[in-house]
Amino acid sequence: MTEAARPAVELLSVDKTYPNRTHALAPVNLTVREGEFVTLLGPSGCGKSTLLKMVAGLLAPSAGRIALWGEPVAGTLGAERAGDQAAGSARGLSFVFQEATLMPWARVQANVRLPLDLAGVPRTEADARVQEALKTVGLQKFADSLPRELSGGMQMRVSIARSLVTRPALLLMDEPFGALDEITRNRLDSDLLDLWRANGLTVIFVTHSIYEAVYLSTRVVMMAARPGRVVDQVMIDEPYPRDATFRVSTGFSGYARRLQESLLHASGLNPDTALA
Amino acid sequence: MSALNPANPVNPVNLVTAGTVMAERAARPPWFARPQVARVLWPVLVALVLLGAWQGLVTVFEVPVFLVPSPVRVAQVLVADWGLLSGALLNTLKITLLAFACATIAGTLIAFAFVQSRVVETALFPYAVLLQVTPIVAIAPLIIIWVKEPTVSLVLCATIVALFPIISNTTLGLRSVNPGLASYFRLQRATRAQTLLRLRIPSALPYFFGGMRISSGLALIGAVVAEFVAGTGGTGTGLAYQILQAGYQLNIPRMFAALLLITLTGVLLFALMAGLSKWALGGWHDSEVGHE
Repeated sequence: MTEAARPAVELLSVDKTYPNRTHALAPVNLTVREGEFVTLLGPSGCGKSTLLKMVAGLLAPSAGRIALWGEPVAGTLGAERAGDQAAGSARGLSFVFQEATLMPWARVQANVRLPLDLAGVPRTEADARVQEALKTVGLQKFADSLPRELSGGMQMRVSIARSLVTRPALLLMDEPFGALDEITRNRLDSDLLDLWRANGLTVIFVTHSIYEAVYLSTRVVMMAARPGRVVDQVMIDEPYPRDATFRVSTGFSGYARRLQESLLHASGLNPDTALA
Repeated sequence: MSALNPANPVNPVNLVTAGTVMAERAARPPWFARPQVARVLWPVLVALVLLGAWQGLVTVFEVPVFLVPSPVRVAQVLVADWGLLSGALLNTLKITLLAFACATIAGTLIAFAFVQSRVVETALFPYAVLLQVTPIVAIAPLIIIWVKEPTVSLVLCATIVALFPIISNTTLGLRSVNPGLASYFRLQRATRAQTLLRLRIPSALPYFFGGMRISSGLALIGAVVAEFVAGTGGTGTGLAYQILQAGYQLNIPRMFAALLLITLTGVLLFALMAGLSKWALGGWHDSEVGHE
């Protein structure tokens, strides 16, 4: 990661107030550079999901400017002339939800092929890319299974395969492994790092787990609630690949402790008394 | 389980055999306790008991046949009058199936119109309800006067009765889309047509089949009611007309035989719809996936 890498995502004074007057996000400035793995960490209600959805174009900011590779996202200032160019799968963006959000009636391969079908990619090319994506997440044997026949972790892998099949440059992940058990989550975290490194992806990852944030990220952005805002940023200056031994290293626990204190601050608690 | 103690001088071979038999018995219940057999066996047993009691009571109390005929007598009439009754059955079946098809097609189209625009739904839904709550007996005479062709008028009456469950269920189904998947389709910039075809319609199928199941029975009821009304006016060939005629002639066994045929038709339709639903949703929808 060099400082020279060009910005992939830029947020400039982005503010979100919902129609019910909830101030979800105070003006936020954030730049994510190409190739970074940035994690948004914070207590619930700190606006981290809101921020991610605005980057995806699923929500429009009340004020401010969001740009992907210098081009404004639809619904933000300066995007009017872009017409109905929403979100930007054209710009190579994929979103992974907290739930696997698979079509229960469709087999795994049809689920993974969905974004290509919607974009009108010819069937033979689409099928080849589906095979490739399924292989990447280790599910090639389950192409003909129905989602209900798979475990929660495997369903999440299908969801990730579906997000990779469009060959995105930017991956937005909204607490994707939050509902999984710890062992499955650790395995998927480690696989995700491999994917990120192998494909030169830029990732913005939302979580409320400090350990997940430290393990994955090049940079952790700490957010606080009421209103949602960025309160702290920590560079995780540890080399990749990060394996299981990293999780028990002193460097890891140092970062975890630093973030723990920051999170308590962000939650409005005094770390000296709360940690005692 | 103290017998398994190796210090205990018991023939181990016998023990193993006994254990296997026990395990097999636990794994596979006797044939009459298996769910698929029990589902048929128990209702049939109930029917046999009831029919036996009916036959017994009629015989013991010497009930005259023009009041309550015995099951045996009804069966005899069913065979003897089969030519007459089977023709009537085919007619009623024709009206029912035509009405069911019309209700399914019209109901689905109306549901699609409702989902496409809230204005259309708000404007027209009260009239769909009106159609549902108006007793068909009350409007059937009008329809039969207005529409000359008897088949068309009967089908129209039965369609009106069968229409509402298809409209309401399909509308509900088309709106019952997983919000996460809806977001995903929006994110992928799916067109309206793509969202309808790939998301809304598959999501609506379980509701649609539920509507079909209710509607199939209602189509039969509608057909029979319409035949009654038409039969009172002197036209008609269906089972309801046969019941009416048999009533005039105090031919009570034939009334029972015709009634039996109507009931069997209803049960058969329901079973067909249930089978269709299972075939279409068996793989994925909670309502049709077996509970292990």
